[in-house]
Amino acid sequence: MTDDELIWRIAGGSGDGIDSTSQNFAKALMRSGLNVFTHRHYPSRIRGGHTYVEIRAKDEPVKSRGDNYNFLLALGDSFARNPQEEAYYGNEEIKPLTENLDELREGGVIVYDSGLLDASEIENFDERAEENDWHVYDLDLRGLAKEHGREVMRNTAGVGATAALLDMDLEHIKGLMSDAMSGDVLEANIQILEEAYESVNEDYEHTHDLRAPTGTQDEEQVLVSGSHGIAYGSLDEGCRFISGYPMTPWTDVFTIMTQHLPEMGGISEQVEDEIAAASLAIGASHAGAKAMSGSSGGGFALMSEPLGLAEMTETPIVLVESMRAGGSTGMPTKPEQGDLEHVLYTSQGDSNRVVFAPGDAAECYRQTRKAFEIAYEYQIPSIVIYDQKLSGGHQTVPEEVFDQEPNPDIGSVTTEQDLEEAVQEAGRFKRYMYDDEGERGGVSPRSIPGQKGGNFLASGNEHNEVGHISEDPDNRVLQMNRRMSKLESIRDELAENADHQTVYGPEDAEYGILSWGSTKGVVEEAVDVLNEQGHSVKAMNVSDMMPFAKDEVTAFLESVDEALVVEMNATAQFRRHVQGQLGRFGEKLYSLLKYDGNPFEPREVVSGFESRIGGEADLSQYNVRIESATGD
Amino acid sequence: MSAFNAIGEEREIDRDEFTPEIEPQATWCPGCGDFGVLKALKQAMPEVGRTPEETLLVTGIGCSGKLSSYFKSYGFHSIHGRALPVARAAKMANPDLEVIAAGGDGDGYGIGGNHFMHTARENHDMTYIVFDNEIFGLTKGQTSPTSPKGHKSKTQPHGSAKQPIRPLSLALTSGASYVARTAAVNPNQAKEILTEAMEHDGFAHVDFLTQCPTWNKDAKQYVPYIDVQDSDDYDFDITDRGEASEMMQKAENALYEGEVLTGRFYHDEDRPSYQEEKQATGDMPEEPLAERYFDDDYEWERSYDLLERHK
Ligand SMILES: Cc1ncc(C[n+]2csc(CCOP(=O)(O)OP(=O)(O)O)c2C)c(N)n1
Ligand code: SF4
Repeated sequence: MTDDELIWRIAGGSGDGIDSTSQNFAKALMRSGLNVFTHRHYPSRIRGGHTYVEIRAKDEPVKSRGDNYNFLLALGDSFARNPQEEAYYGNEEIKPLTENLDELREGGVIVYDSGLLDASEIENFDERAEENDWHVYDLDLRGLAKEHGREVMRNTAGVGATAALLDMDLEHIKGLMSDAMSGDVLEANIQILEEAYESVNEDYEHTHDLRAPTGTQDEEQVLVSGSHGIAYGSLDEGCRFISGYPMTPWTDVFTIMTQHLPEMGGISEQVEDEIAAASLAIGASHAGAKAMSGSSGGGFALMSEPLGLAEMTETPIVLVESMRAGGSTGMPTKPEQGDLEHVLYTSQGDSNRVVFAPGDAAECYRQTRKAFEIAYEYQIPSIVIYDQKLSGGHQTVPEEVFDQEPNPDIGSVTTEQDLEEAVQEAGRFKRYMYDDEGERGGVSPRSIPGQKGGNFLASGNEHNEVGHISEDPDNRVLQMNRRMSKLESIRDELAENADHQTVYGPEDAEYGILSWGSTKGVVEEAVDVLNEQGHSVKAMNVSDMMPFAKDEVTAFLESVDEALVVEMNATAQFRRHVQGQLGRFGEKLYSLLKYDGNPFEPREVVSGFESRIGGEADLSQYNVRIESATGD
Repeated sequence: MSAFNAIGEEREIDRDEFTPEIEPQATWCPGCGDFGVLKALKQAMPEVGRTPEETLLVTGIGCSGKLSSYFKSYGFHSIHGRALPVARAAKMANPDLEVIAAGGDGDGYGIGGNHFMHTARENHDMTYIVFDNEIFGLTKGQTSPTSPKGHKSKTQPHGSAKQPIRPLSLALTSGASYVARTAAVNPNQAKEILTEAMEHDGFAHVDFLTQCPTWNKDAKQYVPYIDVQDSDDYDFDITDRGEASEMMQKAENALYEGEVLTGRFYHDEDRPSYQEEKQATGDMPEEPLAERYFDDDYEWERSYDLLERHK
């Protein structure tokens, strides 16, 4: 827990502008050459209710939220409540201060808005501050904002105070403000910013040591979320059709896509439900567009039948599954990795789909592109699964990650010239031609409605080569085998052309940590800490869930004595998937599970590892659980 | 360069072109009204002037859903109740296609009722044929949303306690801009109505009465039909919502009393189609989206150009 990093937490009422303020502050830190990672804590309410955003900034790469934090800007919650509500929720106004104290590091800094918050109302506040060596600054941010403009601008005053206390230059912050606003509003904000800055420098004695770290990052960086990664990957892969129905956190991708599709000549449709959403994607793709849809747990459940239809008719689509804590509607604003099995196995019959689980924003971009490429090349649905944490959390990513050529190729589609010579039967195109020798990797030729000589019937019922419904046993086996063989071809292609699994840490390490999806970053941070403490550990993050990255995971597990499998769910879905796919390693695997609605912190992974492998550690202070694998 | 040369081909079109060369063994029962729909549709196609290859027929599941197997065009036999969302997206991706959706009363008014309402509301330029036999055919004779109150079946042995759906009124209130009812035993009217429906620029709903001799033996589908346009007893303006609505209610009440009124009930030629509305707001490209993937000269925009806001 060193202070070569700033972990700034801005706390207030939901709807008080915390989001935009923190976005700008995070960008200012990025512009000063630092790496940034943000974590957003939401209540499941639209307005009011205690919320915070945490920004972690460091010169070295930052991959997750940190252990606790060291700077609190407590703004107070401005949404007045009636007495009944207050009786139910307690006094929300002071919550931005009280709710955050437990996680503030020793020696940390507190700035609070004395215009809204009264620290004397808080039990033992002074004692706690003294005990923990907290440095407390009370400023009438609200008063200052009111004087120059409007009360909401107290966020700006808070940022000005932060900058003064951390010895930051105001230039980047001002630059961002003038990007976002103009005229009187800009002027008022700049005045408030400067006045807060100056008054802190003049009227307060700085008793703390914490300073903003110096950034040396000179590569161009952008601050994006995993949802941006997915949306931008889709756009670059030529996706120009999206259909969806709002559900948190899937709405993030849906909204970003919708913002850009019309201007890029695409179509976005908000429809009546998720069954329709997936069905529209199928219809658009059938007619020759690159199409996507998606949802979160409950909405994805509704897509189960259309997903099967896409598999059976071999209509390429990409679905996004943005996980939140379940079951049922669960905890809408909290992350969990509890939908893996849902996504792998939902829909009837022997399922045949591709599933990728990117681990960070850059992977979201790359793997979404791959998901489209595979879907259209192999005529199969692809699913990108990620979670609320990766969906909304922003992180700095080198700009060059997005500097890629677009790929509008529609995949394995026949041209009209080819159709002239294509094999026909009874005036219909052999859309579902057998692949007797396995030459085409299970892929059959595809035509698009409107193409001359290509007419066929797509059917969710078992069908023969021209698409007519058929219950002929021989045809059934041939068609099943052809469709199923695609997964092996895709596995080969991924092994050759994709690098989705990442290994981190010393190659010859004794122990391993295995993770999937968004837990990648926190595990890598834990690996660094563990190795510094004298353990010998490396990590692997797996993205290819189906077809499963068998060879890579096998090699990794063979190279270590034991491995801890870290995931955010209660039933160890990923560990069981690994065991199921590999059929071995049960004796080597232990799970570290967390499912309280909050993402892992590095120290939880460190302690989890130590409790199991390195000897002893007390896990009772955390909401995590260790479980050993059964069988082998 | 066009990627879809079959679209807009101008030539004489013969209805036999819509018959698969090796006709799959029709699994419909002898005397089934579904044959009438197939025939009327094949007869209407040359009138509309669209070729099999520029036509996309999307069906649901049920005996009715088999229509796409016996009609040669591009076809999509989808899942129960979901023909409309598949069809309307195909139309959006390539508005040059002639898009027809079809399914049964269970398929369209039951499981797919929500899609029916919303597709009509959006007024997509397509034709929707509902095979209305007042019964679930394929699953062997259960009560359907259009079965009359009191109808007895294996799943409602004491008689259905539910009022039947009113498909015409439902289509109208939802926003369909063309609403008609025809019947399998009235082939000339059926052909004319389907032709008109396909030529209509908006969502055309055709409630197509079909007899199911296997499961619905005593249904009134055998009763002679009255064409409201041909009868002096029914004078109303099909472009007037109010009058259309009244006529529909008359027809819907009468049906269960043994009087079958068919014909055109509503026709609004002024309402823009969904595609036109969406293009007007800038939410839909002028050129068919699907064409673009075959156009080597098209300049694809990159997400890289969007990064400014993230710096
Ligand atoms: C999701 C789902 N539920 C149920 C079924 C079973 N099913 C197939 S067809 C059908 C009803 C068909 O009735 P209708 O739509 O009136 O068509 P008809 O067979 O009378 O033409 C049902 C319930 C199914 N295929 N899918
Ligand atoms: S069951 Fe009824 S609807 Fe189905 S094919 Fe036979 S007669 Fe036609």
